[in-house]
Amino acid sequence: MEPKVYRQMGLTDYEYGRIKEILGREPNYVETGMFAVMWSEHCGYKNSRPVLKLFPTEAPWVLQGPGENAGVVDIGDGQAVVFKIESHNHPSAIEPFQGAATGVGGIVRDIFTMGARPIAVLNSLRLGPLENPRNRYLMAGAVGGISFYSNCLGLPTVAGEVYFEPTYSGNPLVNAMAVGLIEHKDILRAKASGIGNDVMYIGARTGRDGIHGATFASEELSMTMEAQQPAVPVGDPFREKLLLEACLEIIKEDLIIGMQDMGAAGLTSSSCEMAARAVTGMELNLDLVPRREEGMTPYEIMLSESQERMLLVAKEGARERIEAICRRWGLEAVVIGRVTSDGIMRIKEKGRVVAAVPAKALTDQCPVYERERRRPSYLDRVQNTDLSSLPEPEDYGAALLKLIATPNLASKEWIYRQCDYMARTDTVAGPGGDAAVLRIKGTGKGLALTVDGNGRYCYLDPERGGAIAVAEAARNLSCVGARPLAITNCLNFGNPEKPEVAWQFYQAVVGMSRACEALQTPVTGGNVSFYNETEGEAIYPTPIVGMVGLLADIKHACGSGFSRENDEIILLGETHAEIGGSEYLAVIHSLVAGEPPQLDLEREKAVQELVREAIAAGLVRAAHDCAEGGLAIALAESVINGGLGARIELESSLRPDYLLFSESQSRVLLAVAPACRDRVLALARQKGIPATVIGLCGGSALEVSLNGRVLFNLSLGELEQTWRESIPALMAG
Amino acid sequence: MKFGVIVFPGSNGEQDVYHALDEVLRQPVDYLWHGDTDVSGYDCLVLPGGFSYGNYLRAGAIARFAPIMSAVIDFARAGGLVLGICNGFQILLEAGLLPGAMLRNDCLQFRCQWTHLRVENTATPFSNRFRQGQVIRVPIAHGEGNYYVDAATLAELEANRQVVFRYCDPSGKVTTAANPNGSVANIAGIINREGNILGMMPRPERCVEELLGGSDGREMLASVVDWWQRGNSNGA
Repeated sequence: MEPKVYRQMGLTDYEYGRIKEILGREPNYVETGMFAVMWSEHCGYKNSRPVLKLFPTEAPWVLQGPGENAGVVDIGDGQAVVFKIESHNHPSAIEPFQGAATGVGGIVRDIFTMGARPIAVLNSLRLGPLENPRNRYLMAGAVGGISFYSNCLGLPTVAGEVYFEPTYSGNPLVNAMAVGLIEHKDILRAKASGIGNDVMYIGARTGRDGIHGATFASEELSMTMEAQQPAVPVGDPFREKLLLEACLEIIKEDLIIGMQDMGAAGLTSSSCEMAARAVTGMELNLDLVPRREEGMTPYEIMLSESQERMLLVAKEGARERIEAICRRWGLEAVVIGRVTSDGIMRIKEKGRVVAAVPAKALTDQCPVYERERRRPSYLDRVQNTDLSSLPEPEDYGAALLKLIATPNLASKEWIYRQCDYMARTDTVAGPGGDAAVLRIKGTGKGLALTVDGNGRYCYLDPERGGAIAVAEAARNLSCVGARPLAITNCLNFGNPEKPEVAWQFYQAVVGMSRACEALQTPVTGGNVSFYNETEGEAIYPTPIVGMVGLLADIKHACGSGFSRENDEIILLGETHAEIGGSEYLAVIHSLVAGEPPQLDLEREKAVQELVREAIAAGLVRAAHDCAEGGLAIALAESVINGGLGARIELESSLRPDYLLFSESQSRVLLAVAPACRDRVLALARQKGIPATVIGLCGGSALEVSLNGRVLFNLSLGELEQTWRESIPALMAG
Repeated sequence: MKFGVIVFPGSNGEQDVYHALDEVLRQPVDYLWHGDTDVSGYDCLVLPGGFSYGNYLRAGAIARFAPIMSAVIDFARAGGLVLGICNGFQILLEAGLLPGAMLRNDCLQFRCQWTHLRVENTATPFSNRFRQGQVIRVPIAHGEGNYYVDAATLAELEANRQVVFRYCDPSGKVTTAANPNGSVANIAGIINREGNILGMMPRPERCVEELLGGSDGREMLASVVDWWQRGNSNGA
């Protein structure tokens, strides 16, 4: 084959050579296409596999770790949570509405292919500044697509996060996480076992959309790609809803061995991955594949990424019942092949074999690259920036208002009011808090969910930034009273062939692993998204953590708002002079520099345990994580969320701006009834955690003084208005 | 009292309604399939929220042709209680069981939020547990809830006290700012002239437990049960 042809499909000369070795002959065009998508980074993880092995993946409560369509974690009473996060960055950069919509559709399918009923969706977005009309278009489109798809499915979008930085202008990040609930006995693995069993195709017909999407996701974006619209498939949430209900009925009746979404790399990946997991083969007859266009070639059929399609391996004799269920839901169900014993993916068309390759060659023999790693040279410059000579703000009230109006800290209501966060009537705490809380019907328990990540910290120190992403996610769950169980992650990076990016990736994974070990939250799966670059410039390394936690008693779910006059406000943890990588530095001093805050994982763990114990003992009226924007922003958020002011009296030798805006880790604000104060302080002493009573709830203003001097006094009305109106005003252009 | 919750392809509020009626109000309830044609044995039919048939063409426009709809229409015309919530309201409009039409929200976006509603008429099967003018809190979640009706029909609706719920502020004032979607006269829910078919965009089934932030929806659904029990004990 002409090198030009396979190179265009994304294969290197070396990889093409490997294919020839494995097959003992030249692959034909269809086979080359199949290898190209399966050996893309998106499907084959060829640049990340050795590094991903660093993640801890086991705990007694982990029922399914990485390698399946989604992770599964035990929550007791015979129930389990199924969850996963995935990126849809490149499609969203080209066509934000459909890109984001199909991102939701794909991750939801990953949940119900495990047999679980999807119960919630979360999102993580990274965009360039909203002053730029293109970024506003991307934000409106991505949010519109997410809400279009999840609202129609009747799935609540219960939490999310979004950050705006110039680094994402050319390459936005759209990560979607889905969560499902399942009985242990219903857990299904995507395996094609049982020689002779029917392989069935159900759902939407196959078209020419999204061909080579997986390869597309594994390349850098270029200006010309915006003309590549066919690479972005189009979503139909209505059909997905039908597919979801039909699949759950099929699983309930125990009619199948396994199933897999025809998502990235379509029919190719779903068929060969199921076969490879079961050490079987498959014979598929493409003449039987339902198509929406005429004249499609075998290559196009095997690589199409048309949405809302599922491949099933039926149990013996189950075919008619599956057909009947699909008919009832108005879906096509067609037997397109059968499971074979020889381990070969044999693809036929018009009686002719058009491809025959070992399933394992596509999945397991993907070359793996240990990329050269080199510490980027920018780090010395940014980490050694002298921050001590920065001027103090003249007016702390003005500084706080400026910070709270910055889109990274302002209210995200503009986004979440477009998403139905109450569907399924389980949402006890929706978007806007530290973590979402869902009740589990029929039990007294609750689930807590969050997504977190800080690309700026990771840019300044990927190891520490990665660890902080995990720690903060766990802290968010602890603040609502939940015990963190496990994570899924989406690792968004630049081109791993560049040693600097490979270094960032490695360091971030090391940091995340360290935090996962310490906090006992293993990794159950996720997704790697490389090649997030525009015009040769990589984005900030941006690992996103999706975390799931369990509340033993839903009645103890804790909010973040100050709500009762005279409640005492306690700050757990210590504030250090750590403004490196802070919002304060970026917004007030226009600097992205310094080192991100230190993270002591033992301290972190102890603080979180304390918060959970105090909440479970009924001692806490509100708990709120001190994160981006520091203590001052955490106080402002608790005041706004609860609709009640606070008077804070701090004593410290730190510079006032450091004290207010430092993003020191392992700090939590608590509001407690006066009668509970001493018990909370005693509990903190017991655990060796500094706890300081810093003020009282009450009134209709937030007043903060330091060593007897008032730094600012802002009315609740002004704070809330500034916070609430910022993003709507920006979006209005 | 026995409820039937109709499931169209793309409905997604049916489990929420079912949960509210079964677990919270402790009333017998069944799902009814869109392809069915028999609704006998039920005392109240609920058309739930969601995206029936994907809401393609226009919200509710395809669902009105579902086989079960002729049975629903016969049931309603015979005086049976019918409650259309959100997409269910849109279907009742498309089916001609209630007057008016739905436009896209005036903000051109989907809206999910809590709203305040003023109860304008308590002499209905669906609102009799409320006080006249009472302000209740019920969430909305829709993209096409901008109720429209021509001036003459609106005058008729008002004259016959067919407007049952109106968007208002927390104090009960009917203001433009309290209108989440641009509905004519801040209308959130209307009833037919005979008083047995109610359509509303807000979602009462989502506020039947304090754990989820409010329980005014439970009062509304309990009104239906009360009304039915009174009617039956009177031998009506």
